[in-house]
Amino acid sequence: MVNLLVCIKRVPEIAGEILLSQDGHSIDARHVGHTLSEHDECAIELAVGLAGDTGGEVRVLSLGTAEAAEQLRYAVALGAGAATLITADPESYGPADVAAAIAAEVRASPAAYDLILVGNDAADTGDFQVGVRLGFALGRPVLTGINTAEIHGSSVLARGAGPQGTDVFEVPLPAVMAVQEGGVEPRYPSIRGRLKAKRLSIDRKDPLIEPIGSGRVKLTLPPTKPSTVQILGEGPDAVPALVEILASSGVLNR
Amino acid sequence: MILVLVETGSDGATPTSLETLTFARELAGRLGGETVEALIIGPLGAGEASAGGPEAQERVKEKLSAQLAEQGVDSIHHAAGERLERYGASGWATALGAVPAAYVLAAGTPRGSEVLAHVAARAGAMMAANVVGIVDTEPLVLSRQVMGGGVFEHMRLDGAPRVLTVAGHAVDPVAADDASAPVWHEFEPELSDADLVTAVVRVETGAPDATSTLTGARVVVGAGRGVGSADGFDDLLQLRDQLGAALGASRVVTSLGWRPHHEQIGQTGSRISPEVYLACGISGAVQHWAGCQSAKMIVAINTDPDAPMVTQADYAIIGDLHQVVPALTAALRRRESSGG
Amino acid sequence: MGTVPASARVVVIGAGIVGNSIVHHLARLGWRDIVQLDKGPMPNPGGSTGHASNFLFPVDHSREITDLTADSIRQYKEMGVFTQSGGFEVARTAERMQELHRRLTSARAWGIESEMVTPEAVVDRVPYLEPSIIRGAFWTPGVGVVDSQGAGTLMREAALGLGALQVCPTVEVTGMEVEDGRIRRVHTDAGTIEADTVVIACGVWSPKLARMAGASIPLSPTVHQMISVGPVPQFADTSGEISFPIIRDMDTGCYERQHGGDLEIGSYAHRPILHDAEDIPSIAQSKLSPTEMPFTEDDFDRQLEQALELMPDILGNPQVEIRYAINGLLSLTPDGGPLLGETPEVAGLWSAAAVWIKEGPGVGRMIAEWMTTGTPEYDTHAADIARFHPHQRTRTHVKARVEEGFHKTYGIVHPSEQWLSNRGVRLAPMHQAEVELGATFFEAAGWERPQWYASNAPLLAEYGDAVMDRTAEWDSRWWSPIINAEHLAMRERAGMVDLSAFAIFDVLGPGALATVQRVAVAQMDVDTGRVIYTPVLDARGGFRSDLTIMRLGEEHFRVVTGGGSGNIDRKWFSDRRVDPATTQVVDRTSELTTIGLWGPRARDVLGRITDSDISAEGFRFARCRPLEAGPLEVHASRISYVGELGWELYVPMEQGARLWSLLAEAGREDGLVPVGNGVYGTTGRLEKGYRAFGAELDAERTIVETGMMRPRVKAQDFIGRDAYLRQRSQDPARILCTLQVDDHRDEAGVRRYMLGGEAVTGPEGEPLIDAHGRGAYVTSAGSAPSLGVHLLMSFLPPAQARVGTRLAVDYLGRSYPVSVVATDATAVFDPENLRIRS
Repeated sequence: MVNLLVCIKRVPEIAGEILLSQDGHSIDARHVGHTLSEHDECAIELAVGLAGDTGGEVRVLSLGTAEAAEQLRYAVALGAGAATLITADPESYGPADVAAAIAAEVRASPAAYDLILVGNDAADTGDFQVGVRLGFALGRPVLTGINTAEIHGSSVLARGAGPQGTDVFEVPLPAVMAVQEGGVEPRYPSIRGRLKAKRLSIDRKDPLIEPIGSGRVKLTLPPTKPSTVQILGEGPDAVPALVEILASSGVLNR
Repeated sequence: MILVLVETGSDGATPTSLETLTFARELAGRLGGETVEALIIGPLGAGEASAGGPEAQERVKEKLSAQLAEQGVDSIHHAAGERLERYGASGWATALGAVPAAYVLAAGTPRGSEVLAHVAARAGAMMAANVVGIVDTEPLVLSRQVMGGGVFEHMRLDGAPRVLTVAGHAVDPVAADDASAPVWHEFEPELSDADLVTAVVRVETGAPDATSTLTGARVVVGAGRGVGSADGFDDLLQLRDQLGAALGASRVVTSLGWRPHHEQIGQTGSRISPEVYLACGISGAVQHWAGCQSAKMIVAINTDPDAPMVTQADYAIIGDLHQVVPALTAALRRRESSGG
Repeated sequence: MGTVPASARVVVIGAGIVGNSIVHHLARLGWRDIVQLDKGPMPNPGGSTGHASNFLFPVDHSREITDLTADSIRQYKEMGVFTQSGGFEVARTAERMQELHRRLTSARAWGIESEMVTPEAVVDRVPYLEPSIIRGAFWTPGVGVVDSQGAGTLMREAALGLGALQVCPTVEVTGMEVEDGRIRRVHTDAGTIEADTVVIACGVWSPKLARMAGASIPLSPTVHQMISVGPVPQFADTSGEISFPIIRDMDTGCYERQHGGDLEIGSYAHRPILHDAEDIPSIAQSKLSPTEMPFTEDDFDRQLEQALELMPDILGNPQVEIRYAINGLLSLTPDGGPLLGETPEVAGLWSAAAVWIKEGPGVGRMIAEWMTTGTPEYDTHAADIARFHPHQRTRTHVKARVEEGFHKTYGIVHPSEQWLSNRGVRLAPMHQAEVELGATFFEAAGWERPQWYASNAPLLAEYGDAVMDRTAEWDSRWWSPIINAEHLAMRERAGMVDLSAFAIFDVLGPGALATVQRVAVAQMDVDTGRVIYTPVLDARGGFRSDLTIMRLGEEHFRVVTGGGSGNIDRKWFSDRRVDPATTQVVDRTSELTTIGLWGPRARDVLGRITDSDISAEGFRFARCRPLEAGPLEVHASRISYVGELGWELYVPMEQGARLWSLLAEAGREDGLVPVGNGVYGTTGRLEKGYRAFGAELDAERTIVETGMMRPRVKAQDFIGRDAYLRQRSQDPARILCTLQVDDHRDEAGVRRYMLGGEAVTGPEGEPLIDAHGRGAYVTSAGSAPSLGVHLLMSFLPPAQARVGTRLAVDYLGRSYPVSVVATDATAVFDPENLRIRS
């Protein structure tokens, strides 16, 4: 039986033109809403699978505003059994703070997590370090870029994409893994799952650390690249022109 | 001193490592008085080169020396030894720690990010990921990619050392005005047993991977929301078959459940580099561009001439993919049957 | 960004179902040089059509909406984009069963095939539905789904094929220019288009576009939540888009429909979520489309639970996953009706907004006919954008009413149901006195109008059984027996009625007589001091209005009409002024208040406060003149809508309270009572056979059909005269009759009272279809306390339009015997009109 903790983050959905808040410090997500990154979704999928295989349990944890309950409930709808929300303003937390807050919560928790999963990087802040810092803080081995994992007794066999192929790791439990999407297909919530999630009581905690901050000064939007597109025409009438281009590119010669 | 972790392949330094060196030189120039040194860890060239024996290793070393000289690197540190034969982030971080530096840089690759995260965690220092530019040096404020590259964050980076990764394609690797003659220092850092726990135990190659057909395809047909519904893929699948292409999808398409996740192209999902990418009904959000920008030619088929997928493509047809794609498939069939 | 031409005969903004329908029908009716803009790409520019659930239920309680839907279905079928699926509206509660029976009677009235069925009959067609959850269902086999986007493309192509249309996608309107009250130019990000006719068919964006021209389209973009779940194994073996009937789970405000391998669940049950047109994201800023906003799942949880109860086999299956979920935007209005017609603020600027998919093509035809001939086939009064008063266009009002109305989408709405939000906007000067009398206020065009007075409760004992009390809750909702007691007191003694809600406007100037002559059917070249009741017709001879006109001077006429249609009527007169340069139409509504004083003792009461000669000879019927009443100068008009001796007394608004108290004081010893609109609007007029605009009278009815012919037709020309003459020369296809209910008892012996809208049938329930193919239905219903009967009005085929014909009325699932008591405008009460002329 393996007990898992999956740390997830409520992030703005990235779609189309991104809007910044008036003060330029954050993303204005009112038109797109919030979501989980695919890495997080895969971490949940992986955890639910491992728990199912071993008869273990999955708790999801997020550090964020009260609204992050939406993402925790989503994870519960996918199969997690319990949820913890460390209520804090994520804007004032740097990646080191997040790792420290999670580590403190893990140490204070009576539950012993054999495996802690995080997404490889957050879709919004893209820091690529919370998992490593969490492993370091807890003195546990940590892997990143993990696609799939199997439990073998007291160790975990994990795979991730490497420069020459698939890197295989085998680390003893307890361990920390940062999950990269691509190895598992995250499921969507079922209706019963969603209703179970709605009823679940989320454990709400205050952070046990004082944040240092992320160093963010402000956000800016990159300049838009000038368009160099050549419009071939409208509708099917433009198809012959496209065939010519494909032919001259050589891809039609098989 | 600015220390740059250089990743190597059979062609010497990886392109992103060269970009990072160029960035490091710029940083040194802005700071004034800092030298740039390179650190290489483990067998040179990794994979194929190391398998090729000492000769191949030597060829890579020569190539590397030339590349790093061109980048104006003052010293080359090469951490080697039995315990570094296989990659392990913890061991690599120990190797990095053996060369004291005020600034530690790596390319924003999976390994670069992972190793530097260890370095930062051990030092209790901050880390700036995917830096694209220098805003200020006193204090040090960097511009870095967030939101999948759709937004730049100005981030103040304090601490010792200053740890940062440089985003791919953020700078063009250019030669220094004056080439250097770096000295090659080879050393064997002392790795603990704990450093080995997270090392790669083996590398599997050739294993069938659902995404490999997509990432390796010469032609990719991409599907976006414009397809309309889960039932609307027939046109695109026929085009795919006609072209011998792979089918990819935007995140919207996979999140709506119209196609499986492994077909997704994007920031998350597969990064493709085909000869031709035919993006059909895809609006082209920044997160999709992250996955397809390496395509040699991009053709967009979209009803909206203002969609970023169209404006940033090489060629575009304005129209409903359900009209254009069947016409294209038919035209290609005719061309084929007439032996064209 | 596209390109635009420099000028156009007409610019249609929007390429959703409405804009596409309009360009098609305009082209069909001969319009050329039509330019259609949309800021989005074709064929899905990103508006509400793009995410519509696209199903059509043909039955509505409103006749006009039902007609528009029927027309739309016909058009969709012609285009080959309609797939018939059938549909059930299921009931979980007894109250809903009653409502579905009411829907059935509407269906019968409109001639639409439908029936009430058992839960088992639902399961026969929808095997995945749990029958124990429901009590029964309303089955309409003609329900279906359409490809609204495909239809739009076909309609655009039809207009393109006629060489009538230029389509400009991805062009955004940035401004509109108005000169001398008329639209002249449309500015876009691709250039300026000169056009003096512009149609706004932009759905949720319409308010923003209208504001660019200084006009108002009072709607609110409002969230309708929808999710799609799948894959559904039960649908795996079906082909095409839909094989199972659509379910509307009315009590939970939800629908469930198959869409290929998925099941779509939509909701009108969540909290109202309103947006501003200005705050809708651009296409680039949105995740899916501008009108598919991020789903707020907490709002949907309850609906999920209820849907799971109803369809456990599908929704309880863990393999069936939630994949698509949106807060879809649609357009809702303060009164739930569409917003059609030329805007009252800007000539040439038309609104075609707040239209559902089920009405789209029908509305397209209606607007095109309206723009072409001025007289669309179907009556427009409930859809005309001119119906809104200025205060009803404020954001506060729109938001308040849309929030309140949101749950009425699937709700049970009583025919007399009152809006509760944003009340107390227009107060009569005697309002405080009415409050003190315990008035129950109904709203009329924003006015607080007493419906009855609690102070009159003692009359109940006085009149006993004659008040015809109602015991059934539905029949007595929004009703009081005090209304009937007030009626009896007025008929016996006298009553005073607050008529502040009248809309009043003057027609002034050298062209005044010619203008009223042109608009009114009745002879208006009369002496000063005459009051004329007249129909107002459109060119086809249908009713535009009925109203009274006082001639106050050589070049001065005063028009008095109902508050509800006042704006539309004023626009109608104003738009048809003869010599507009010198003829003015001036609104007096807020300057003047009116008190009606009627009853056998009305002359005694008025006589106590005036020295003027108000004898039968001194102040004859249908005359008006000023008179002194105590300290006030009152303009008195001797007419009556309740069939009694008496006057409408007009005073400046600020003197209304004094006049009210003067009359109350003067009438004390005569037993004068305040009388609410329950009498004025229903019981009084029904006994007298007086027709009401919007009930008996509308653009689809004629003077001949309503039995309101006068012996002669005035010689001067007037709008609709040719049509009217033609109608007079032919036998009418239907005749407006008054009927009385012969037996009120239901199966439990409870006396039931119809409220209006019910189907009228033969004695055995046979449908009565007139030569227009229309079913007979009750246009007005109400007590006739002076006669001790319940009266109904209905248009009947000529064969049944005979006094004494025994028929039946279908009320809430039961048939009640009725008989015809009048076949023309003859009053049932006081047919000689002795009282009114006394």
